Amino acid sequence: MPKSAYSIDTIEEKLERVIIVAWVDNEAGVLARVSGLFSGRGYNIESLAVAKVDEEKNISRITISTNGTKSVIEQIKAQLLKLVPVHKVADYKIDDHSVFRELALFKFRGDSSLLKKAEQICIDFKGEFLDKTAQSFIVQFVNTRREIDDFIKKAKPYGLASISRTGPLAMKKGSETIQDNKGKVL
Amino acid sequence: MSMELTGAEIVFKALSDHKVEYIFGYPGGAVLPLYDQLFQQKKIKHILVRHEQGAGHAAEGYARSSGKPGVVLVTSGPGATNMVTALTDAYMDSIPLVCITGQVPTHLIGTDAFQECDTTGITRPCTKHNWLVKDVNELAETIHKAFRIATTGRPGPVLIDIPKDIQFKKGIYKSHETIKIDSYQPNFEGDIQQIEKAVDLIANSKKPIFYTGGGVINAGPKASEALRELVSLTGFPITSTLQGLGCYPGEDSQFLGMLGMHGTYESNHAMHDCDLMINIGARFDDRITGMVSKFSPGSKKIHIDIDPSSINKVVKVDVAVVGDAHSIMSSMINIIKKKYPGFKNSNKEKISDWWRQIEKWREKRSLSFKQGAKTILPQHAVHRLYELTKHQDAFITTEVGQHQMWAAQHYKFNKPNRWMTSGGLGTMGYGLPAAIGVQLAHPKKLVIDIAGEASILMNMQELSTAVQYRLPIKIFIINNEYMGMVRQWQELLHDKNYSESYSKALPDFVKLAEAYGAVGIRASKPEELDEKIKEMISVDRPVIFDCVVEKEENCFPMIPSGKAHNEMILGPEDEETISEEGKVLV
Repeated sequence: MPKSAYSIDTIEEKLERVIIVAWVDNEAGVLARVSGLFSGRGYNIESLAVAKVDEEKNISRITISTNGTKSVIEQIKAQLLKLVPVHKVADYKIDDHSVFRELALFKFRGDSSLLKKAEQICIDFKGEFLDKTAQSFIVQFVNTRREIDDFIKKAKPYGLASISRTGPLAMKKGSETIQDNKGKVL
Repeated sequence: MSMELTGAEIVFKALSDHKVEYIFGYPGGAVLPLYDQLFQQKKIKHILVRHEQGAGHAAEGYARSSGKPGVVLVTSGPGATNMVTALTDAYMDSIPLVCITGQVPTHLIGTDAFQECDTTGITRPCTKHNWLVKDVNELAETIHKAFRIATTGRPGPVLIDIPKDIQFKKGIYKSHETIKIDSYQPNFEGDIQQIEKAVDLIANSKKPIFYTGGGVINAGPKASEALRELVSLTGFPITSTLQGLGCYPGEDSQFLGMLGMHGTYESNHAMHDCDLMINIGARFDDRITGMVSKFSPGSKKIHIDIDPSSINKVVKVDVAVVGDAHSIMSSMINIIKKKYPGFKNSNKEKISDWWRQIEKWREKRSLSFKQGAKTILPQHAVHRLYELTKHQDAFITTEVGQHQMWAAQHYKFNKPNRWMTSGGLGTMGYGLPAAIGVQLAHPKKLVIDIAGEASILMNMQELSTAVQYRLPIKIFIINNEYMGMVRQWQELLHDKNYSESYSKALPDFVKLAEAYGAVGIRASKPEELDEKIKEMISVDRPVIFDCVVEKEENCFPMIPSGKAHNEMILGPEDEETISEEGKVLV
């Protein structure tokens, strides 16, 4: 008999990465409910982005990048939908059916020769410069996570001092939309 | 029509609009305006507990035995934090509670004011939903939403945190008819295609079993009636979880007893070997499944549940129907009657081998025990309690531990809402306050808390509440001086290192009862047990019954952890060595 009052987990399943989107009432505590659900049930949050998207109906769209086994992803969706202020939940698999974009800001610091090299990398990666001084500049990227990761790897030795990323947002390609339970497009 | 009322008036108007009879509570600084309003009205009675946790469990007992939501009123800070255990308990066992907490005035929120705590933050993971009301004009609507959410879908506790200034302020009262919650629309009727698929599986099964749970009880007494019809219509065997006891008659021949860790041999083996499992209102809890990878490996599984997140959470199922158990079972009955007239007889042959196998498992008599002449066995105590009270529609609550499992095994229930036990959270100290709530809901009925001597001390103070309101509850303590279930696990898994599981100093429970103004009775010999139980029943006052039992008796049968249903152990001795005469069969 194993020395435990509980059974021991022996099953290992493949993890998949997925973007989960929840449309919620924009009310006090709603983000805490969502993030608390993730921490309380042991789910992972890689990134989280939230903002109001419907002024009139007071709806916010919460985008969470997470990973888990297939059944865990299904469970996350079901648990989210159980929260009272959650209207709708959808998942976006990392495939060709959706677009994914995240915004990142980078600050570079250093002497002019270092910044020059950094600037060239930023231009190669199609960054947009937002602020420049003699000792620094800020550049913005809107791209997929992988592209931004690649950029960071390249740019790191050239004075990359500060990074801010939103995590990905997701949207289905084509004319397909997601509707709430009354058929209204979200 | 709308009118201007103070926040406190709004609260009591809303409660009376929702036909609340009792609130369980404890006053304090942040709820004084509400208690002042309580004082000025006569519709709603307040039950003053001795500790807020007791209020929560009493409300749970009231709710579970009546089918109505339990209502609690406590103050801010410690009042709210003392409620957390009861809220979590209600959340785990799907009990509808509406908890109103006072909060410091809005301008003091966030300043670490006296008796301030982040009540909505603390209770967020243990309520179905909660609110901090910062605008008195939203108070009525919030209370109406709270009742709707607590009582519909999968029931559960909700909490409304009301700052003291909001209780004083005047605002508009809105009636509850107009309330809409766009994002909250629980499914009620199941998907008809899924129901038809389920019926097809039922018609083709050779080794079926119904596995039913607390969801059937939560779906109301009509769901229990529908279940009886469905089970009778199919002729299938049925087993129940701890929480489902009572939704099917405990002494019926189709009933195999409770399943799970301390379930019967026949129910667990039938669950393991079945080819079709029909889960109605149960959630594949880990005390039920044992090792999930070995759980009923060869069966198709139907899962009927009102909570979509219960589906495929632990065990993958073949057919899932999300909705109300009563509605879905009624549809199933109609389809079976229409599609397969005379199903029970035409199907009898197909499942006859299965029933023969079940009878073989039954012959193990896994609940048997051998009562000697010297000390009372705990199983015997529960068995006698059952025999002496079964004719009078008794209501049973329990604490948590061995006594709880013995009660579940040896006390048989014929009706739903008669069995109140903390299953999900396993809260010691639940049974006494729960019994208070049950007795209030059923003033004329016999209400017994089957307790352990360790559990009972956790909310002992509530005996004072029972005495104050003349609630003649009976506290039947199975006293073995140990935290019995802890001791049992230590014996089986930790080399009999009885670390901190023995209570070296226990009160004299008879004197304790008398100190509270209740009646104390003690039985320590088998021959006096019946007579003392009868005495307990005949007393029309709260009673503590100190039933001194065998100290090191273990609760069997048992599925050891990490084992499958068909690997359960029956007891320390080989059951063949117990003579037939010596067995007390129940």
